Amino acid sequence: MNIKTQALSGGFGEPVFESQSVFRMLMDGMARPGSIRSVEPDVGQPDPFGGAAGAIALTLCDHETPVWLSAGLTKTAVPEWIGFHTGAQITREKAEARFAFVEAGATLASFGLFSAGTQEYPDRSTTLIIEVAAFGEGQTLTLTGPGIQQATIVKVKGLPEVFARLWADNRALFPRGVDVVLTAGKSMLCLPRTTKIAIQ
Amino acid sequence: MDLAKQIEPTAEMTGRRRAAGLLAQASMDELNAAFEALTEKPDVKPVRGPETGLVMVRGRIGGGGAPFNLGEATVTRATVLLASGTAGHAHVLGTDKEKVRLAAIFDALWQEAATQDFVEATLLAPIEARIAAEDKQKAEETAATRVDFFTMVRGDD
Amino acid sequence: MYVAVKGGEAAINNAHRLLADRRRGDRSLPAVTIEQIVEQLGLAVDRVMAEASLYDRSLAALAVRQSRGDMIEAIFLLRAYRTTLPRFGTSVPVDTNKMKVERRVSATYKDLPGGQLLGPTFDYTHRLLDPSLLTDTPVEEPARRDETGEHVMRVSDILAHEGLIEADGEFPDDHEAGDLTREPMEFPMGRDLRLQALARGDEGFLLALGYSTQRGYGRNHPFVGEVRIGEVEVELEVAELGFSVSLGRIRVTECQMVNQFKGSSKAPPQFTRGYGLVFGQSERKAMSMSLVDRALRAEELGEDITAPAQDEEFVISHSDNVQATGFVEHLKLPHYVDFQAELALVRKMRSDIEKARKGDRSEMPEAAE
Repeated sequence: MNIKTQALSGGFGEPVFESQSVFRMLMDGMARPGSIRSVEPDVGQPDPFGGAAGAIALTLCDHETPVWLSAGLTKTAVPEWIGFHTGAQITREKAEARFAFVEAGATLASFGLFSAGTQEYPDRSTTLIIEVAAFGEGQTLTLTGPGIQQATIVKVKGLPEVFARLWADNRALFPRGVDVVLTAGKSMLCLPRTTKIAIQ
Repeated sequence: MDLAKQIEPTAEMTGRRRAAGLLAQASMDELNAAFEALTEKPDVKPVRGPETGLVMVRGRIGGGGAPFNLGEATVTRATVLLASGTAGHAHVLGTDKEKVRLAAIFDALWQEAATQDFVEATLLAPIEARIAAEDKQKAEETAATRVDFFTMVRGDD
Repeated sequence: MYVAVKGGEAAINNAHRLLADRRRGDRSLPAVTIEQIVEQLGLAVDRVMAEASLYDRSLAALAVRQSRGDMIEAIFLLRAYRTTLPRFGTSVPVDTNKMKVERRVSATYKDLPGGQLLGPTFDYTHRLLDPSLLTDTPVEEPARRDETGEHVMRVSDILAHEGLIEADGEFPDDHEAGDLTREPMEFPMGRDLRLQALARGDEGFLLALGYSTQRGYGRNHPFVGEVRIGEVEVELEVAELGFSVSLGRIRVTECQMVNQFKGSSKAPPQFTRGYGLVFGQSERKAMSMSLVDRALRAEELGEDITAPAQDEEFVISHSDNVQATGFVEHLKLPHYVDFQAELALVRKMRSDIEKARKGDRSEMPEAAE
């Protein structure tokens, strides 16, 4: 399938219900950081975009949300797929992006260039959706903070090496900063900026 | 995003723009008649829609200044895929879904060498002629209301 | 304080049934059709589209029918309907210079390229009720005349050529037009947002404010440079095509109001202007909008703000009739507990006053003794 045809295929079969269910998952995921949910519909996203990342793009992105893509994604059918299905503009300016998608294994130097919101509107920040290799194996993350009773322990394989440092830098900006959604295939795990992460 | 200014239009683009614009003004009768006239009905797969949404219409401050948001208009759009892999798109003001679906099919057929001439002759040309005739009639009716000023010379003889 | 009040479901259901009956009226009469409303009550449809801020003739006609002709109710219906549709994008700004002109008059220039085209106007009727409209009297075809082919040049372009009029409405290139359907209203407001608000503003409110400027509340010596009505193309940039396509045409009314000139140490005297742009054939609204637009530019043009029409917060906060009726009509909602509290307070205050009065009188004989 060439890029043009790939871009046109997929999408939500039942946009209203499916986008609502994915939105609900994100909302619950942010309210209970570290909890893992899996999207149900198959959205036909082009490689190497993951199923959850694709579903999140379809749910949250529209013509008013500029989207930044990591280098590995820009050279695929992903930009056209997002453009067609959501009307979102792909931007090269990290600070302009409302949503940023990072493919598995991509190097992430810092969150700094993304938008961290303002004092008055800290929510006008970029939300990063980062693909990892898998949940349930790899490094152990101990999460504490709002939405977590004592602590939540999750295992994540393929988290960027510098993630702990980036997250510490991010937390220092509070209430400004970015929020992150980790995706592994069809599964997702939300990390709002209020969460404290200890990585072993 | 000002694509219209940034890209130098190719002949194909200009032709496609013209076709899309005419299809947007097609009547249901014209679309149906052209579809009937197709000797081979195309194998069409729906890709998206027809679905209705909104487009925010913009004006310019003072008529020539910076853009401002005037208000929204209903727009219906559809994307279809022919068996050959050609994608047809249509975007039309209003809420008529069947009309837009047919327009998208003809947009796809226009892009294919085998059917382009048919679409031009059987659909686009009649639409263009009808619009030209309607516009001409309106213009003539308006012209009849044009004021011919004449100066009254006061009788000072 | 609002109290949740239950009960009345049966009453409400019956009220809706009654409404439907009254709306239909005498069953022996044919029902009014949407097509009839679109065709024969077109200016009502236009007003509803403009103030609902949604261009769709059939839907607006449906709203008019459903509301039994209550225009603000119809506007409310259509405005609410907007919220059920997703937005695909924004159009390329419409070009009124390319309008298929149906009417164009200017009060500033008698002879101008394209001429004075009266169009289907009420202006020269004698405002006598027409008994021929009591029945379906046949209407003759309109007169026709060969078009001159002359471009109907915009008066603003004529004035611009001579450098007599300010180049207004400029914003830096990277400025994104504000959208009050997306962001909370904040004052002071940019002119782009103000125009969006005025375009959907209540015609009566803006008419009154415009009138007030003429009566001296913020006078600015206006002239109608031009009013034009006609269809313009709506174009949308489609990502998957890589270029913009025409979606069809909409009718709009545009008014250029030419106002008092201003000069300063930096700029030579130039005419300033007010601008009106409205969906449909809505001349009164476009003119009123342009008068109010000019008045609201007082701050920008260094004029003293003395009049209501110049008060941005006052004008813009009260111009949306859906918002206005929402708050006004909410007074019908149960305020029972509030009122009981008021009642109790009033009774107590009155009894206190009575007691005080009686207390005085019983003391007076003592004083006299």
